[in-house]
Amino acid sequence: MAHTAPDATTAVAGDDPSRRDFIHIAAITAAAGGGIAAIWPFVAQMNPSADTLALASVEYDLTKIEAGQQVTINWRGKPLFIRNRTPEQIAAAVKDDQASMKDPQTDAERTKPGKAQWLVLVGSCTHLGCVPTVGGGEYGGWFCPCHGSVYDTSGRIRLGPAPLNLAVPEYAFLSDTKVKIG
Amino acid sequence: MLRKVTLLAAALVLVGGPALAAAKVREPNEIAFSFEGPFGRYDQAQLQRGYKVYREVCSACHSMNLVAFRNLGDAGGPFFDPKYPNPNDNPVVKALAADTQIGDIDGETGDAIKRPGIPADRFPAPFANDAAAKASNGGVAPPDLSLIAKAREGGPAYIASLIAGFGTPPAGLTVPAGLNYNPYFPGDVSANWTGDHAHTPPGGFIAMAPPLTADQVSFDDGTKSTIKQQAEDVAAFLMWTAEPKMEERKHMGFSVLIFLILFSGLLYASYRRVWRDESH
Amino acid sequence: MSGHSTYQPKTGFERWLDARLPIIRLGHDSFVDYPTPRNLNYWWTFGGILSLCLGVQIITGIVLAMHYTPSAAGAFNSVEHIMRDVNYGWLLRYMHANGASMFFIAVYIHMLRGVYYGSYKAPREVLWILGCVIYLIMMATAFMGYVLPWGQMSFWGATVITNLFSAIPVVGPAITTWLWGGFAVDNSTLNRFFSLHYLLPFMIAGVVILHVWALHVVGQNNPTGIDPKSKSDTLPFTPYATVKDGFAMSLFLILFAVFIFYMPDSLGHPDNYTPANPMVTPPHIVPEWYFLPFYAILRAVPDKLMGVLAMFGAIACIFALPWLDTSKVKSMRYRPQARIYFFFFLVACVILGFCGAKLPDAQVIPGLTTVFVIDYDLNTFVWLSRLSTLYYFAYFLVVMPVLGLTEKPLPTPETISSPVLGVETKD
Repeated sequence: MAHTAPDATTAVAGDDPSRRDFIHIAAITAAAGGGIAAIWPFVAQMNPSADTLALASVEYDLTKIEAGQQVTINWRGKPLFIRNRTPEQIAAAVKDDQASMKDPQTDAERTKPGKAQWLVLVGSCTHLGCVPTVGGGEYGGWFCPCHGSVYDTSGRIRLGPAPLNLAVPEYAFLSDTKVKIG
Repeated sequence: MLRKVTLLAAALVLVGGPALAAAKVREPNEIAFSFEGPFGRYDQAQLQRGYKVYREVCSACHSMNLVAFRNLGDAGGPFFDPKYPNPNDNPVVKALAADTQIGDIDGETGDAIKRPGIPADRFPAPFANDAAAKASNGGVAPPDLSLIAKAREGGPAYIASLIAGFGTPPAGLTVPAGLNYNPYFPGDVSANWTGDHAHTPPGGFIAMAPPLTADQVSFDDGTKSTIKQQAEDVAAFLMWTAEPKMEERKHMGFSVLIFLILFSGLLYASYRRVWRDESH
Repeated sequence: MSGHSTYQPKTGFERWLDARLPIIRLGHDSFVDYPTPRNLNYWWTFGGILSLCLGVQIITGIVLAMHYTPSAAGAFNSVEHIMRDVNYGWLLRYMHANGASMFFIAVYIHMLRGVYYGSYKAPREVLWILGCVIYLIMMATAFMGYVLPWGQMSFWGATVITNLFSAIPVVGPAITTWLWGGFAVDNSTLNRFFSLHYLLPFMIAGVVILHVWALHVVGQNNPTGIDPKSKSDTLPFTPYATVKDGFAMSLFLILFAVFIFYMPDSLGHPDNYTPANPMVTPPHIVPEWYFLPFYAILRAVPDKLMGVLAMFGAIACIFALPWLDTSKVKSMRYRPQARIYFFFFLVACVILGFCGAKLPDAQVIPGLTTVFVIDYDLNTFVWLSRLSTLYYFAYFLVVMPVLGLTEKPLPTPETISSPVLGVETKD
């Protein structure tokens, strides 16, 4: 070890070039990098756990729903509408495909090919999340009592403050009578 | 003073009995599992064979409440397929789940029903509750197997040795009714032993009858289904059910240790630089 | 040493804050400009390591508590839910469980450093007592934490230790029922242990602040046991001690990582992976390794109440150390006879730890039957515990007071710097 006279031992702040040595910068950078990598598990543990994600899908038997009726089920903690539309309701929706609306979409884009009678929607108003009532409003679709949003028979927003159409979740037909959502 | 102490020690040793008594339990066999060591990994083929042994033999009496069908498709698991990172979509997993009947409540009538399983379901238990398990098994409930490989001293080697190691009890040993002798099972058989007590057989009496016979479970990959093979495969599977994250853990450990060693090197260099002009 | 503050606020914001809450000044005076003896060796890095351990335990504990269910019905399964389903749950759980062991490894080294170098002697008695208080709260926290997974060892360890309180004459059984919240360790016990386990680490943090405050008033001890006499004996805490502590912490983290990633269950007990069953006692009830020496002392004494008193007495001896040691010389570097007794003290502690894990009537040397003394053969762990317990108490109650008066210590150096600047030193 280098020997220094006792008087000259106190480190002088700021002037000493060893303060800005590359090795110190490298060490501090490595510490910061390691720290950020170490924080990730603590953040990620709050994301949904594997068992929650496993219950992300639900299957439903469509034979229970009469024509013109709607069923509401619990999906991922929120209400899910499955509506068996009558031919009149489908026709009314298709007629308005090109009408001016806030969130333009054709009826075909919101149903599966060949299964136009089945409308599967997340029952949460896109304004502030209330559950719309079925059949209300001028278009016979849905009416949200909280702030007066009106949806048509395809679930598209036509009147009122909601910005988007009722959401269509990811779903698939396992057979003609069974649908899997999520 | 020192001489007296030495003499006393020698006297004590002479007074002492003869050499080591017979071992109280047989040590588990040395089995080289693929997952041992810092770079160990599960052998997926072995896990599949082990699952088959569990499903066809053990699940008749032993529950596995902490494992769900979807876990079979997780990374590191027996039926993991890189094409299906979400195990709930894995077709093999869905088929295995659908093969079992799960108790449920009918949403409309409220009745108890049985329906085919889905990946999100846990493995079904053979008995409705602990009391039923005890009643059907001579007063002893077969333990749940989810964590058994970590819940027993000796781990998977002990389990494999135990279930393959029943053999015939030595002459002079009376086996109580309803129990079975196993040299690997911790216990004390001296009360039932009529032979020389310096040579009491090791082991104890276990309530489980020998569960495996040769060729009992036919393996899809053609591996010969000896008792030893089935025992080792199911033990490996049980290690996976107890520690499904083992591969991820060891993998992360490697990265973390490399980082920490390099980081320590940097810090040491930094330390030497800071202290280079100071004697200490 | 508390002295004149050298902090100069540089920016406008710093001046504004300094006039209202001089917290940057406090940080600067305590951890930047603080004069630290220049000759501190690596045994002095464990204070910093302990702060790291406390931080790790608190943070991992808080996130684990987001997923844990503190009920007898749900606890075991919730821990397995953490291990299997929670993202990185296995990592957090293993960090917390092995972190507790690392915490105790560090605290024992930290305490033994204090004993060897006489860091408990005047004027550092309060510092030592505060440290003992931290140790006591750590033990309570760790005990309650081990109960939370509600495995067989959790349940039965809790049963054995809470049953000890029933040894207290007259009020013992009532106290035990009050602790349990029932007639045995059950759901009520688990719930309150969870609440207290969450609370106590913050009490530890509070006492740590007092501990560091007390330290900064009197200044650090150092390997010579001689107080700094001039500025040349010390160096500013930052960067000199900071970088050394940082390096020591990274080495400690390597050990921690080896446990977490490659032997995460090695310090635990397999029986704790079996759910608690009040009807079935495991063949071997064993506390966690850091309690084993006290467990051995407890079982060494044949009487229940005396055993409890001996166990608490062993801890009380640590508290009383500043007043038991009569030596004028602080550091055992200059007390060669004391070093020998200290070495045997270490051996006794290790033996006690070893004995705590064994059945009392098991043979130390297998196959050897010797003389039957009072209640057990001499070749049993209980007699080995008794011998080691005797040495443990003799070390505090006989060796410490007597040796200071009878020994011939080596000559101590004039200042800290004189051994550093000329003579070869050996730790």
